[in-house]
Formats: sequence, structure tokens, C-alpha cells
Amino acid sequence: MAGYRVLDPEGNLLDGAHPRLSLEETVEGLRWMLLSRAVDARATAMHRQGRFGTYSPVRGQEASVVGSAMALDPSVDWIVPSYRELPALVRHGMPLERVLAGYLGKGKAARIPDEVRLLPNQVALATQLQHAVGLAWGLALQRRPGVVMAYCGEGASSEGDFHEACNLAGVKRAPVIFVLINNQWAISTPRSAQSAGELHRRAEGYGFPGLQVDGNDLLAVYEVAEEAVRRARAGQGPTLIECLTHRQSFHNTTDNPRRYLPEGWLEQAEREDPIRRIEAYLAAQGMWDDATRAAVEAEVIEQVEEALEAALAMPAACPTDLFDDVYADPPQRVRRQREELLGRTED
Amino acid sequence: MASLTMVEAIRDALAYEMERDERVMVLGLDVGRLGGVFRATEGLLERFGPDRVVDMPLAEGAIVGSSLGLALSGLVPVPEIQFLGFTHQAFHQIGPQLARYRFRSRGRYHCQVTIRAPFGGGMRTPEFHPDAIEAQFVQTPGIKVVCPSTPAEARGLLLSAIRDPDPVLFIEPQRLYRRGREEVPEGDVTLPFGRLRVARPGSDLTLIAWGAAVELCLRAAQRLEEEGISAGVLDLRTLVPLDVAGLVSEVSRTGRAVVVHEAPLSAGFGAEIVATLQEECFYSLDAPIARVAASDIPYPTGPLEAWYLPTVERVVEAARHTATR
Repeated sequence: MAGYRVLDPEGNLLDGAHPRLSLEETVEGLRWMLLSRAVDARATAMHRQGRFGTYSPVRGQEASVVGSAMALDPSVDWIVPSYRELPALVRHGMPLERVLAGYLGKGKAARIPDEVRLLPNQVALATQLQHAVGLAWGLALQRRPGVVMAYCGEGASSEGDFHEACNLAGVKRAPVIFVLINNQWAISTPRSAQSAGELHRRAEGYGFPGLQVDGNDLLAVYEVAEEAVRRARAGQGPTLIECLTHRQSFHNTTDNPRRYLPEGWLEQAEREDPIRRIEAYLAAQGMWDDATRAAVEAEVIEQVEEALEAALAMPAACPTDLFDDVYADPPQRVRRQREELLGRTED
Repeated sequence: MASLTMVEAIRDALAYEMERDERVMVLGLDVGRLGGVFRATEGLLERFGPDRVVDMPLAEGAIVGSSLGLALSGLVPVPEIQFLGFTHQAFHQIGPQLARYRFRSRGRYHCQVTIRAPFGGGMRTPEFHPDAIEAQFVQTPGIKVVCPSTPAEARGLLLSAIRDPDPVLFIEPQRLYRRGREEVPEGDVTLPFGRLRVARPGSDLTLIAWGAAVELCLRAAQRLEEEGISAGVLDLRTLVPLDVAGLVSEVSRTGRAVVVHEAPLSAGFGAEIVATLQEECFYSLDAPIARVAASDIPYPTGPLEAWYLPTVERVVEAARHTATR
């Protein structure tokens, strides 16, 4: 595995590399990564207790998700997620308690606040890329500021929608950045079974740049994403960024990777862990040590617990949630179905 | 008032809305320079420019999927899918995406998108071009399904569709595009959704249809009148929302009904109408409700369609049988 790097796998700055993230910003990025890992642990436990719905951990992909999202300005830019980008959503302004409320099965409580430029999670893979292109194109048509960052995985890159969206983005020079997080596995299907070609090189066929970056290198992902955002803002069109990383955990809480992961794969992935790498870099810069780590970890765990408490205190889903957001003006028949359900659930 | 064909009335509605609301744009295959394969968008490119009249790459999924994103950005896209049968390659962006987006986002977003698509037989078109698959979209809640049957109806319903904050599938019976002219009101004359139209009054039985089948039923009613049977014709106008009260009121009066559609019989929208009527007005019925529909086979190409589609003869036969049981 390689791709563009700023750090080597041990966290040493490569010769001649000049990180574009300041040390303070890098610490902030690491904090988001640690928060993400803390949510993974808590959410997985909640699922095991039967209190959360299905959850897809970010573990292993934190540098790809956080590094790309840090290139965005939440006051003008948009995120179009798939379903494994939690720290990006929270960094972009989505309150963590609302994300957790969604996993608790709460209705309105999980709604994206009006001021947050974020689309809902998408599980029909790659369909969201088409929406991202339309959104970006529409912003450009209206001369509105803002770029759109759209996420997908290497599995989704096999979908027809991936092709259609990239193709249209190129034709319209839409201000969109496709972040393809190649974590090597689509549930049990390995990267080698998805495509015989290099994924980032497809961009050439669509007429825009495609780059491959070491997705476990926070500084490299940020640098590549920042450049792509700059190009999009300047009207120079889309970029495809392929982040090479690992899914260190299961596909989601219903999955059992022991049935298909080759011997030693996980150990190798853990040796290339993105958090360990950026910690080593920051330690060498005198910005990180065991005590700092312990303090930040305690902080993020506290943050997760507070968010979870807030989520638990939010109003539970109610029967009207089923009907309230299907139509602005529901057909008579749907109104009647709503009344019937309310009648059945009154007592 | 102007005397217009249906395709002219549709073009007039598009131009009227684009003039009235600068957020409205049309996009699709060949809609710009060519003016659409049926010329429904003729002249719009010259009048409104390439940012608002967009020739798209040949990808139905991208036409619908990007329309969803354009709507989220604040625009009002009116995509044209060249033929309804081509939505087979966009279905995943219509039912599971466009129709559900308000629900999925818990009301944060809505998609003001009207998909226009010609459909229906009688034109000897190649495979897929005539497919009448409207019932598939009735099974994907969140999108309205609208089907005009005359030029004036087309203009009024299309204005309402474009202004609806929720997505609308607006299906246009291609064989009626240039079938005849009609006086079409000018200006801001919209038609409501969920209110059927009595296309012809009748006292012995009620023929129920939408789109081109309305015209078929009107011809059948004419023939039936010659035989001394008074057949009324209802034009549903909108499958979603369905005018249940209107159907019940009309069919209760005659006690007999025949539903006519171009789609295959099984699980066609006619089945929904029959089920609804027997639930709502069973004791007002004097005879079983009949259906005249296409066979449960793929739409055949060329001259074979004459044996596939409902005909005036089949409607008359079913009506005669229903009226005398």
C-alpha cells in the first residue's frame, strides 16, 4: 500500500515534506480521530446490549475521514456522506447527540439541523454521488459559494451511479470532491474482486484529476483534499481522491470478519493504524505524550457519554413520525392511515 | 384561449413557469438544440439559455439523481426522461431516492422535481418506448403520479406539478401529443391534484381510465350510446393522490364500472381501483367490476401491439357484459 504520503508508516516526516496542517490543527485532527474511536467503542457496546441499531465503525479509516473533512469550511461547504463518516459529520456541525439519537431509533431528534450543510446518510451505495453532483452544479449555477465533498467506498465504485456521477461532474465542471475510501473490503468481498483497474485512474477518463493517497496519513489526506477544495472553489472542477486504508473492524455490528479475513490481515492493518502514526509524528514534534493522550482520551469519552445522555433524554419516536415527513400535503388516503394508526396507539 | 395540441400545451406550460420562476430549469436528453424528440421543449433553449435548458449526458440515473441535488441547492428542475420505459434505468433514483428524501431527512429536505415522461402505445415505437409502468411508482410513496388526457388538462396539471413542493412523475400519453387541438386557457390556470374529472356523464355504468385510455373510453361510450347504454367516463388525472371520494360517489350512482388501462392486468393500477371500490361501496355495486388491460406479457414491438393494447371493441364488450349482468 502506498499512495501520496507526508509521513512514513512510523510517523516520520518524509524528506522535503511540509505539512499544511499546523501542529495545533494536527492535534485537533487527532482529537477528532480519538473521538471517532470512542464513539465506535460505545456504539458497538450499545448494539451488543440491544440498545442501538446496526452500527458501522469508522475504526481504521479515521485519517481518511477526518483529514478530508478538515479541508472544508462548514459555513459554506457541503458533505454528502455514505454511512461510515461519523467524525466528518460532527466536525461539520452535526451534533453528536443527534447522530446517536438516530442509532437509538429516535425520530425527529435525529434530524439534521437547518444550518448544517449535510445530507442524510445513504445506504443505497453510490446513489448519493449523483445528488452531490447536482447539488454542486446547482450551487455553481446560482453563483453561490461552497463546494461539495461526497464519500463512497471502493465497493460503491463498482456501481453504475459512480460512473454516471463522475461523468456528469466532469462535463459540468461541478465543484465536487469525490472521496473514495478504499478500505479493501466490501463486507466480505476484497478489493481485488471489485475492479481490475486502479480506481483513482478512472478520473482521467472523466477529464479531471484523480489521486491516490495514503489514507492512514492524516497530513497527506488533508493536503490532497485541501488542494482539491481549492481547485473546486476556483471553478476548476472535480477531483477524485482515493484513500488507501483499512477497515480494522467489522462491516457493521451484524458482521463476522473472521469468516473471510485472511490470516494476519488485521494485524497488518493495525500496524498501519492512522492514530498511532499521527501520534508518533506529534510526539516527535513535542506536542504529544502519554499524559496528553490520557487527558484527551478522558475528554472524548466524557464527550461521548454526555452526548449519549442527551440522546437518551431526547423525545422517543412517536407514531406521527411515520407520516409527518412523506408529503407536504399528504393524500387523503395517507391522512386516513395516520388517523387509524393514532387511534390504535392511543391506549 | 389558444387552440393547442397537447405537446404545444406542455411547451406553453414549461415556458410559462420558466418565465414566472427563474429557479425552474429543464434537463434531459436532446431537450436543448433539438427541442426534445417530441419537440416539447422546442424554443426554450433560445429563450432561456443553456444554464436553464440542459442537454444531458445519456444517463437516466444521472438526469434524475442530479435533479435531486439541483433541487436541494434551491433550483426547481423539470427533467425529461425521453420515454417512461427508460426510467427502468433511473428507477433506483426515483422510488428509493427522490420519493423518499423528505422522509429520510425527517423533513429537513424536500425535492421540488417534476419528471416528465411520454408513455403508452399506439405509435409502433421500438421496445421500451411504450411501457406503461406507472403502477410501479404508486408503490414508492412520496412521489405523486399525474397523467393528463387533453391539452388543457396537460397545461393545468403541469403547472400544478412544477409548483408542488414534492416530486411528481408527470406521464404524457404520446399518442395524444398531436391527436387534436383544444382551447387551452392562458395565464395562471392550474388544475388540482386528487380530483378526478367527469369526462362524460353517464347513468348505466362508469368507465374509469387515465391518459390515452380516457380517449379510448370516450369512443367506446359513443358506441355504447348507439346501443342504448349510457356509459360515463372518469378521468383519474392523478393516480397519487387518488380521488377515492370522487370514485365512490360516481360508481355508487351507476352501480357498475369497468377500469381500462394499457399496463398489464396483474397488479396494475386497475386492481387498486377495484379493491378500493369494493371496500368503499360494495353494497352499491350491481355487478362485478371488470378490467380491460394489456396481457401479462412484455410489451410487444411493431404491429403486434394491436393484439396487446385495449381496444374500443374490448371496452365495449366488457361494458356491455357489465351493464347487463
